[in-house]
Amino acid sequence: MTEGNQAGGQAPRTMFQKIWDKHVVHQPEGEQAILYIDLHLVHEVTSPQAFEGLRLAGRSVRRPELTIATPDHNVPTVNRSLPIADEISRIQVDTLRENCREFDVQLYDLDSPNQGIVHVIGPEMGYTQPGMTIVCGDSHTATHGAFGSLAFGIGTSEVEHVLATQTLLQYKPRTMRLNVDGQLGAGVTAKDVILYLIGKLGTAGGSGYVIEFSGSVFRDLSMERRMTVCNMAIEAGARAGMIAPDATTFEYLQGRQQAPADMAAAIRQWEQLPSDEAASFDAEHSYAAADIAPQVTWGTNPGQVAPITDCVPDPAACEDDTERRGMESALAYMGLDPGKPLQDLAIDRVFIGSCTNSRIEDLRAAAQVLKGYQISADVQAMVVPGSGLVKRQAEDEGIDTVFQDAGFEWREAGCSMCLAMNPDKLEPGERCASTSNRNFEGRQGKDGRTHLVSPEMAAAAAIRGCFVDVREWDFQ
Amino acid sequence: MQSFTVHTGLAVAMDRANVDTDQIIPKQFLKRIQRSGFGQFLFFDWRLDPEGNPNPDFELNRPAAAGCSVLLARQNFGCGSSREHAVWALADYGIRSVIAPSFADIFYNNCFKNGLLPVVAEESVVDQLMQRAELGDYQLTVDLENYQLRDSVGLDVAFEVDDSRRHSLLHGLDDISLTLQQEQRITDYEAARGA
Repeated sequence: MTEGNQAGGQAPRTMFQKIWDKHVVHQPEGEQAILYIDLHLVHEVTSPQAFEGLRLAGRSVRRPELTIATPDHNVPTVNRSLPIADEISRIQVDTLRENCREFDVQLYDLDSPNQGIVHVIGPEMGYTQPGMTIVCGDSHTATHGAFGSLAFGIGTSEVEHVLATQTLLQYKPRTMRLNVDGQLGAGVTAKDVILYLIGKLGTAGGSGYVIEFSGSVFRDLSMERRMTVCNMAIEAGARAGMIAPDATTFEYLQGRQQAPADMAAAIRQWEQLPSDEAASFDAEHSYAAADIAPQVTWGTNPGQVAPITDCVPDPAACEDDTERRGMESALAYMGLDPGKPLQDLAIDRVFIGSCTNSRIEDLRAAAQVLKGYQISADVQAMVVPGSGLVKRQAEDEGIDTVFQDAGFEWREAGCSMCLAMNPDKLEPGERCASTSNRNFEGRQGKDGRTHLVSPEMAAAAAIRGCFVDVREWDFQ
Repeated sequence: MQSFTVHTGLAVAMDRANVDTDQIIPKQFLKRIQRSGFGQFLFFDWRLDPEGNPNPDFELNRPAAAGCSVLLARQNFGCGSSREHAVWALADYGIRSVIAPSFADIFYNNCFKNGLLPVVAEESVVDQLMQRAELGDYQLTVDLENYQLRDSVGLDVAFEVDDSRRHSLLHGLDDISLTLQQEQRITDYEAARGA
């Protein structure tokens, strides 16, 4: 935004381009670049085969101090003092522990107060910083882009590549800017913004792009809310999502365990990161905050979404053949008839958690809705904090009591029913209001029916036993 | 890594868009710490009914699909989770190439690390291939050397693949070994940054 951003007379650059340029180790003509990686996050599910690959080739981890690990995907959220009952899960978690010991990688293990979902603990400990390249064998790595970093998910072969070389082979993605300006209405959250944008772009609309979220809506969001937005960039097919770092970012990082010792110097660097005013993007779209209502997904991908005030859409009205058949199969799976108001859908389960919506602000917002109410007798509800630190903070604030008084189960940190690798899952046919990020078939349990919503909408649905427009909520 | 040069095999249509990696390999099979043996779990929830019997309506269960090695798919194939297990499952099942109008980025990348060739083809080409596959016993040739799809009834369609990915796949090269040939550059980069 300032002249300082264009020092040296360079052509105007996007934030993505600045970070990319700084991390290219080698760029052979017409080939993939060798891109340096500043931070590598590791969890138990996508890493065992990578460590095994290192072992077979006699390789070591090149920069163990730039690598951190935690078990999150299939850890139980109850009875943590007992061994993991599922033997295959236990072996996977044990394997992570042994690999971290053998390769000298920092592990935040199940008994650590810092254990939690990898995309929650990285930021909260201050590992995630502006300008970094960050990868993890998990598609929701896009979360970290909220700090103005370039963060994306990779496969296990690439995990091994990063462990061995601290670099990745990458083709340069294209850039897209999504502007959302104006002021969000009361009860409309970051989750609703990103669901709305995915609905507009479609699940492949961001494919091949790095998305920069821009405009007053994102500037006004807290860091935790920005993480919710970037987290789901992948659900629009994007390689990564990012938001320019600003005073909100710097304030969030101040005093965190891994924050730079010389914050003033770091901030001077980070202030150079935002896209130059004249920088151009390969694609750009603009939206108005006032058009965004609380959202509910009705189908089996996150792009199948509608405002809470809408009805289940009618596939017959869809002109595209493939899309219409996708809608028909989604409605059959979800057990929904076209034309039924979304607000009339009765639910069986509520899940508040996941790397999208399990941070302290998410829990506070849900608790505000719950205060003074009891959940419906027909609903089973659970809340799974994103990390041990989030859980402790919530307990210090008495938020756990609000949840438990309302009838929610209060669990230990992990990915839990976002993907149901651990014992937390839906039974066939159960309908769930979930704050997670994917409503794919079977995602939360075979034949389970997932509706993605904000924490506020999930809490309100738990009370009423069906979806409600949280904008009309009577707060106690 | 297994190389890919020219492959001719039975092509089968999976006429659905947005096939996500949760469907390709459901989460309960991600707990294994090995890289092999995932083929038996491919499309598990679609392939098998709740009692564990094959669902006769599922594309890959039809008798005419037995032994297929080329999968014809719709847009955004492989979306969702980064799990490379999805590619391991396809490859272990015997799929050598997936042809679709578009792929999710991470899935697309993962294919090239495992000797499986994802081919991006125009929607109209996929339509044509699917029509031919529906007639049964459709043998399709995927020729990476000549960037070409062809069959015995006159199909001849060119496709594009990035040079370095193609080179690695043609020769079965391991990316890590290639990058480590540039190790001095990585060391120099780290020194210059003071990292």
